Amino acid sequence: MDNLKPNPEPEAAPLTGAEIFIRCLLEEEVRLVFGYPGGAVLHIYDELHKQREVDHILVRHEQGAVHAAEGYAKATGRPGVVLVTSGPGATNAVTGIADAYLDSVPLVVFTGQVRTALIGNDAFQEVDTVGITRPCVKHNILVKQVEDMPLAIKRAFHIAATGRPGPVVVDLPKDVTEQKIPFAYPQDPQLRSYRPTVEGHAGQIKRAARLMAKATRPIIYSGGGVIAANAQEELIELAHLTGFPVTNTLMGLGAYPGTDPQFIQMLGMHGSYEANMAMHHSDTLIAVGSRFDDRITGRLDKFCPYAKVIHVDVDPSSISKNFPAHVPVVGDARHVLQALIRELRTGSYAMSDIEPWWGQIREWAKKESFAYEQDMEAAIKPQYVLDRLYRQTDGDAYVTSDVGQHQMWVAQLYKFSKPRRWINSGGLGTMGFGLPAAMGVQLAYPEELVCCVTGEASIQMCIQELSTCRQYGLPIKIINLNNRYMGMVRQWQDFFYDSRYAMSYMEALPDFVKLAESYGHVGMKIEKPRDVEPALREILSLKDRLVFADFVTDPTENVFPMIAPGAAHNEMILS
Amino acid sequence: MRRILAALLENESGTLSRVANLFSARGINIESLTVTPTADETMSRMTLVTFGDDRVLEQVTKQLHKLVDVVTVVDMTRQNHVEREMALVKLRLRDAGCVDDLQRINKMYRGRIADVSALCYTSEVVGTSDEIDAYIAAMGQHEVVEVVRSGPLGIVRGEQVLAVRQNH
Repeated sequence: MDNLKPNPEPEAAPLTGAEIFIRCLLEEEVRLVFGYPGGAVLHIYDELHKQREVDHILVRHEQGAVHAAEGYAKATGRPGVVLVTSGPGATNAVTGIADAYLDSVPLVVFTGQVRTALIGNDAFQEVDTVGITRPCVKHNILVKQVEDMPLAIKRAFHIAATGRPGPVVVDLPKDVTEQKIPFAYPQDPQLRSYRPTVEGHAGQIKRAARLMAKATRPIIYSGGGVIAANAQEELIELAHLTGFPVTNTLMGLGAYPGTDPQFIQMLGMHGSYEANMAMHHSDTLIAVGSRFDDRITGRLDKFCPYAKVIHVDVDPSSISKNFPAHVPVVGDARHVLQALIRELRTGSYAMSDIEPWWGQIREWAKKESFAYEQDMEAAIKPQYVLDRLYRQTDGDAYVTSDVGQHQMWVAQLYKFSKPRRWINSGGLGTMGFGLPAAMGVQLAYPEELVCCVTGEASIQMCIQELSTCRQYGLPIKIINLNNRYMGMVRQWQDFFYDSRYAMSYMEALPDFVKLAESYGHVGMKIEKPRDVEPALREILSLKDRLVFADFVTDPTENVFPMIAPGAAHNEMILS
Repeated sequence: MRRILAALLENESGTLSRVANLFSARGINIESLTVTPTADETMSRMTLVTFGDDRVLEQVTKQLHKLVDVVTVVDMTRQNHVEREMALVKLRLRDAGCVDDLQRINKMYRGRIADVSALCYTSEVVGTSDEIDAYIAAMGQHEVVEVVRSGPLGIVRGEQVLAVRQNH
């Protein structure tokens, strides 16, 4: 950071680095920090203790701090802020940082570091944090002197939140937090090499509009980029203007209302039959803020064989990375969709007849590929719990999830009507994400209903955060779908390993009711289908308590439909 | 296909490892790499040689642009450019004939003797990477004990220069 320039008019009285840190957070309007103290950050914690404007949430493990900040960021759209110590504090945070990187979540993670004079000496609790996090951050910065701190923090927030969002790590050696200088906060991040493209190229937008008008089998395939850009209104307007069918990725759910007749459900490995068949047979694919991930495309050489591809993305490196785009449009989804809508309205485009296409899609939809059957005398089907949760909450709760079968069933059955309500780990697939993420959401919106849908395997990966929930009185509703298996691992072993269940059975499970009670929460165990609806009503009525609801579900249930790895969209396993 | 990329980088610690990491994370080899500060000392210029088809290079170029520390990148291979590499070659002398032969080869390749000791001569040569290969091959009958090559430098022919992007 040799070219950092301090603001020309600093305040007169010098402040310590730790005081400056707090001032920088206030300049960035940060009111909530998730963290865990340790030696290298004690100067900062002492300053946090002396003030009332920034709240600090003490987690029980640094991974929980990062996931909580992700939940906060995904629900609000504002950067989540994390503060951890050096060494193990930083390494424990890495999983969350990588998760945020893959799901493009804006985070600023402050890590303590040993004194500058000790860096490289294998000092106590020293790791090369900047080196360890380099492959999984949007950017990272080691602050070597206090003079560099304000601009480093200014840059961190700017980089995290603009363009394609992502995590930024700022490494703060202990001596930097005790050095004194007069404070000044720069107004400009002074980044000549970082200028994300916002507006789409006008010529490309015209080409996209022409292609859309000619389309007879179009489909809009939109992802998390629409949510990151707050482009949901534009997406709805474009869909209603054109009448095109819309499918969402796992990360894009909620950007388009789940109950809208033009919505043909999620696509991909566990997507709907109609969405995947429509992808396969489409002649024009309008990809918006989606990245052609392998869980979406399946076998690439058989993916969308008839389609011309329009790809809108703020990150140029996402375009034509996995699948070539005929009309690439680099830009922010909101601005590009606005321009595209304007072009379609004002230009003289004769739209093609897509009624036969809709007829075909309606035929495919008759398969009802997300359907399930609940025998009221048999074991509870996990889908039944989620279906009833959806109905009892009017599709309007914030729902976080962990990773596996339960995550897919929420995606299939909970019809999100609004963006930023569905908060899960898509790219990295991090078990343990759900509970801490729910804490971040609940802290952002104390009055809202926040449900964490999880399984008995995932929940145990960050279960220590039940203690944090108790400390801050977070009334999260934990819906634990307990099938005694790592369900998705067991499902793959069923399909691809002749049902040899290597290490996927969960033995020696705790009594989750007693566990919840020992943390001071309400625990419930539900074993019969008839008890599901009354139990959900009771859970939702306990507005100021965390409820851990342990639903004992059918251990053999699998997620359908499924595109096996290496198969194409028209080769789905339906049941 | 062999490619030469030229880039301007922020002259900060960590920038080079970000670039190197980007290649290793995508399983792409770096054939050679040179980095030095430019006249504007806040920036460094990097010349990098790698191998890949158009698709790999398009992705690498985009990923390089995505790094916050990378100011600008061009794929020189796509343009008319001048390319030069330097090599230092150390020979062990066996007889007086060796020196005559070395001077003959140096004359052909515009090489120059840079260091002389009782047993060894060190020769320097500048040219395209192919010319350097040929120069070293021409030494075949002598005992080459050490070769060090700079890796190529590249510059676009004509008026075009690599500079900070002013658009957006």
